[in-house]
Amino acid sequence: MTISLAAQINSVLAALILLTAFGLLVQRRIYGLLHLFAWQGLFLSISTAVVGFVAEKHHLYISSLLTLTLKVIVLPYILHVLIMRLKIHKEIETVVNVPTTMLIGIALVIFSYSLTSPIRDLSTHVTKSTIAVALATVLLGLLMMITRRHAVTQIIGFLSMENGLFFAATSATYGMPLVVELGVGLDILIAAFIFGIFFFHINTAFDTLDVEQMARLKEED
Amino acid sequence: MTATPFTLASASLFIIFSALALVPLLFRNQRVLIMAVFSLTAISSLLSLIAGIWTVRDGITESYIILLGLPDLPFHMRLDPLSGFFLTVIGALGFIVSVYSIGYVRGFIAQRPVTSLVFFYSLLLAGMFMVVLADDAFFFLISWEVMAASSYFLVMFEDERTENRRAAFLYLVIAHVGAIAILLSFGLMAGFATGFESFNGYTFDAMRKMDIPSSWAAVAFFLAFLGFAAKAGVIPLHVWLPDADSVAPSNAAALMSGVMLKTAIYGILRVTFDLIRVFPWWWGAVILVFGLITALIGILFAILQQDLKRLLAYSSMENIGIILIGTGMAMVFTSFNMTALSALALIAALYHTLNHAMFKGLLFMGAGAVHHATHERNMEGMGGLIHRMPWTAALFLIGSVSISALPPFNGFVSEWLTFQAFLLSPALPNPLLNLLIPLAAAILALTAALAATCFVKAFGITFLGRWRGNHDTPIHEVDGFMKTGMGLAAAMCLFLGVLPTFVIDWMDIVPERFLGGKLAASAGEFGWMWLTPISYTRASYSGPVVLLGITAIVALVYIILHARSTTIHRVPLWGCGFEKITPRMQYTGTAFSMPIRRIFGFLFSVRERIEVDAEHGQRAFPKRVYYSLKIRDRLWNWLYQPVTDASFWIARQVGRLQQGRIQMYLIYPFITIIILLVLLR
Amino acid sequence: MSVAIPYILDGLQIIILLFAAPAFAGWVKTLKCWFQGRTTAGVLQPYRDLMKLLHKDIVLAENASWIFRFTPYVVFGSVVLAGGIIPILSIDLPLSATADIIALVALFTIARFFTALAGMDIGTAFGGMGSSREKTIASMAEPAMLMAIFTVSLVCKSTSLSQMVQVLAHGEFILRPSLAFALLSFVLIALAETGRIPVDNPATHLELTMIHEGMILEYSGRHLALIEWAGMMKLFLFATLGIAAFFPWGIAAANDFPALFIAALSLIIKLFIAGVSLVVIETGLAKMRLFRVPEFLGSAFLFATLGMLSYFMLE
Repeated sequence: MTISLAAQINSVLAALILLTAFGLLVQRRIYGLLHLFAWQGLFLSISTAVVGFVAEKHHLYISSLLTLTLKVIVLPYILHVLIMRLKIHKEIETVVNVPTTMLIGIALVIFSYSLTSPIRDLSTHVTKSTIAVALATVLLGLLMMITRRHAVTQIIGFLSMENGLFFAATSATYGMPLVVELGVGLDILIAAFIFGIFFFHINTAFDTLDVEQMARLKEED
Repeated sequence: MTATPFTLASASLFIIFSALALVPLLFRNQRVLIMAVFSLTAISSLLSLIAGIWTVRDGITESYIILLGLPDLPFHMRLDPLSGFFLTVIGALGFIVSVYSIGYVRGFIAQRPVTSLVFFYSLLLAGMFMVVLADDAFFFLISWEVMAASSYFLVMFEDERTENRRAAFLYLVIAHVGAIAILLSFGLMAGFATGFESFNGYTFDAMRKMDIPSSWAAVAFFLAFLGFAAKAGVIPLHVWLPDADSVAPSNAAALMSGVMLKTAIYGILRVTFDLIRVFPWWWGAVILVFGLITALIGILFAILQQDLKRLLAYSSMENIGIILIGTGMAMVFTSFNMTALSALALIAALYHTLNHAMFKGLLFMGAGAVHHATHERNMEGMGGLIHRMPWTAALFLIGSVSISALPPFNGFVSEWLTFQAFLLSPALPNPLLNLLIPLAAAILALTAALAATCFVKAFGITFLGRWRGNHDTPIHEVDGFMKTGMGLAAAMCLFLGVLPTFVIDWMDIVPERFLGGKLAASAGEFGWMWLTPISYTRASYSGPVVLLGITAIVALVYIILHARSTTIHRVPLWGCGFEKITPRMQYTGTAFSMPIRRIFGFLFSVRERIEVDAEHGQRAFPKRVYYSLKIRDRLWNWLYQPVTDASFWIARQVGRLQQGRIQMYLIYPFITIIILLVLLR
Repeated sequence: MSVAIPYILDGLQIIILLFAAPAFAGWVKTLKCWFQGRTTAGVLQPYRDLMKLLHKDIVLAENASWIFRFTPYVVFGSVVLAGGIIPILSIDLPLSATADIIALVALFTIARFFTALAGMDIGTAFGGMGSSREKTIASMAEPAMLMAIFTVSLVCKSTSLSQMVQVLAHGEFILRPSLAFALLSFVLIALAETGRIPVDNPATHLELTMIHEGMILEYSGRHLALIEWAGMMKLFLFATLGIAAFFPWGIAAANDFPALFIAALSLIIKLFIAGVSLVVIETGLAKMRLFRVPEFLGSAFLFATLGMLSYFMLE
């Protein structure tokens, strides 16, 4: 596999990651969100493996495997269990309507492209063009957290941001030291457990996971 | 003396002024007045048309100084390819509408004297010719005022109605706000040309040589843009356009919408490409954005209208937006020194100017014919006119097809060229522009498609279907003059659509002279039948082949299918087995635009109310349903209302000066004298 | 002799279009029946329908104007002309310089414009409704279509169809995410433009759900035959347009006679697959209500924009 073919495959995967990030932004059904998140994790792990092959950094194979287990299998499973236990079935409402969200998303992508252009000029890595996509994924994850009203979807947004950061690390510096990655992975796992516990509490207290209701916590004076 | 284009142009002006002089002599016999004056304006327009074509074809530039005006401030006149192009546009539509007016204005004689209409129509035409020929700020502004004042009187023609007076007043206010901005801009440029002490800088020649720092150049440019935008009907200064064009008599509206708006475009082009020649790319981007917003909002408003002439006026806004888009792209390309591409964009804008004059003139003339025959302006009360006014319907159809940018007519050529200019934008070195311009192209595609929707509605509701009105007025086709006028415009639409390479070849001098790039080298390279801007592997379009192809296939199929004669049975409407179909059950214009209103309604303030009057409170058996729909421009509340309130507040504060007591009035000059004595010691 | 070959090829292409389009429509209907567990009427049923219509008399409403009678011919004419421009078998067509892809879309728009006028001509509510909905959907599809065209023209540096096929089929093969996005967007737009599920149901009998059918409700006899035939040709042409822009391998280059047989064979295979994918999409999705269609077309626009952005960002 030549370098340029690997770069093309990486570009295709980056495009697919961007596509899943947009999909997360506009998807209404909660199981659809989970599936999209799993696909995003899958594309990310394949991309990490490809970069590992091209740059000959073998620790990236391990992080690719880690991403695969964690983000494609374990986390979606935990979230799936959560959703079943909390009996969330309906469609999720968004704060702003879908076309506006899409337009803001496009604006964010353009913004991250113009922001990362100096890096693109200076970098010598094979993956220099995918940094913009990585930054865009982070921003889109944040946008998803802002425009959603349900706590579970906000968590998925947070996890998608983390995907973006990971992708940025692979693109910019061919991955972080393995110790760091293991640590981050463990943090994510713990975070998922803690979120699960919090959700049960919130659900018991408010009988809903709609974060708009939590505004009631504000003190009136 | 040999004939030059300038002699033709001055002859044309002379003829118009003599026509004006004839009015006081002939006004007693209205029929003769109409015939005489409009024939003279037609001849004068024809002369200007020839002068314009000649100037552009040979690339002539002539300047003269006329010893009118104030001492030390004579009038400068200049005929160069840009003026020649606009002279052609004005002359062409002027001729066509003058022929039309002979028939149209006759219809008013029974109701009121038409002297003022005839007089101010000719004055408007004269004013437009003078604007385009002016070469100094003084003469330009005088001609501008002549244009504004005469069109004011045209809008006020039927002044017994309140809405007409209000529309005219609004028009006057906004026109003068614009004129002040233009004056300030010229003053700024004149000041930098020869210093702020002397008056000599007022000629355009002096301004061409001015040495202006770029920040002041930006101020001058945007002031000029503001002023010309007020005349062109660009958002946010567009509110006068629908009111004025819908109440003015249709021949005046055709001229106003068809060519008066274009004089504003002329002004923008003159100031940008001739006076200030060097500018950064963001000026072009600003113009592009204004063009896009105007185009989109204009066409959305147009779709929501019920009054046919208001619909056409809003549609003019859309087309001005498209011309500004082309101009903005030309400016962006020029600022990066990409001359071939900016020539393409400029030619697209100029071609659209010419096209719009033709098809909008045709559409307004058609609307005038409809009004003349039915005395209705509201489309919801019309329908089925194609049976009683077949010629008007066919010609209006040609106008609708042209404005919807369908091949093989002219609207498609200019829109296609604009899209090609957009498609070449990846050549720009600025990455941000590379990403944002395609989005602009998508918005242009949306407006073009919405224009087609708008004119399906306009033509369909007015001419097709069955008559929705109550009364049974005798409706008849219009007379020969009106048909000739409309027919000429339709023929021009076809000509401009089918033979674009010749037209581009003719007008190529304009970008060459002002931008330094030519298009015609590549435009006709593949052959006169194919329009190939840039190169034929890039994109090509052939108007004649489309026309011939479709005609040939239609003819062939018709002959084959009629080889065996089958009978055609004429029966009542089927309507899926509905027995009692009445004309009131047809789709109305409001119904037609409902999906668009639902999707885009958030841009306007829309208030819909349905009240059902039911028998004994049983909602399933309504006796009467009352439906009201109010759509308002949000800019009234956001921009105009605060500005009007603020100006009234300031006026009230200033009014405090008027104390009413004589001692206060004596104190004012007393204080003034003391201050002057101190200063001039 | 060799000068006349391109003209013969173009004529051949038009004849193939005329006679293969009903077969393609029949293929799609047959597949749908199989997917839905019904017995089919056979792939040749559209031919039988057209012949039947051509033999019938015309029943015309009393107040139908000349536009109503003229529209079927204009629709047929513009679609056939479009068929002479799209490179179906070979790029060496004399008519291919007549229109680039933007003008091609405008040719289809002519057909829609006149069909919408014909719908309003009769003066029933159903015609007006069909026209209004059709024009709204057409307006929403335009920005997405232009953005998809823009993306493809970025890659091929041209909007001329022959040039596109030349660059993509005979140039070097590179994986391009921008084209993948543009293809996705094109599929969505094609579903909207040809009036298939999920935008419009071509087989519906309920007038309130009709969009395209609503406009042609009053047509009969040979007028209806022309319009139905044009509809089948439009479906065929959109399929071949997608093939030419995104999967052009197999289309013969200029002056390459033997390659024509390969071109014909590859066309049949590709249309076979296109029919299967269309039916899978139609069977799997449900028809959307009218006010969800802007979202549908908005996502088509989004995909095309992503394609354009990924061209600049990733290639």
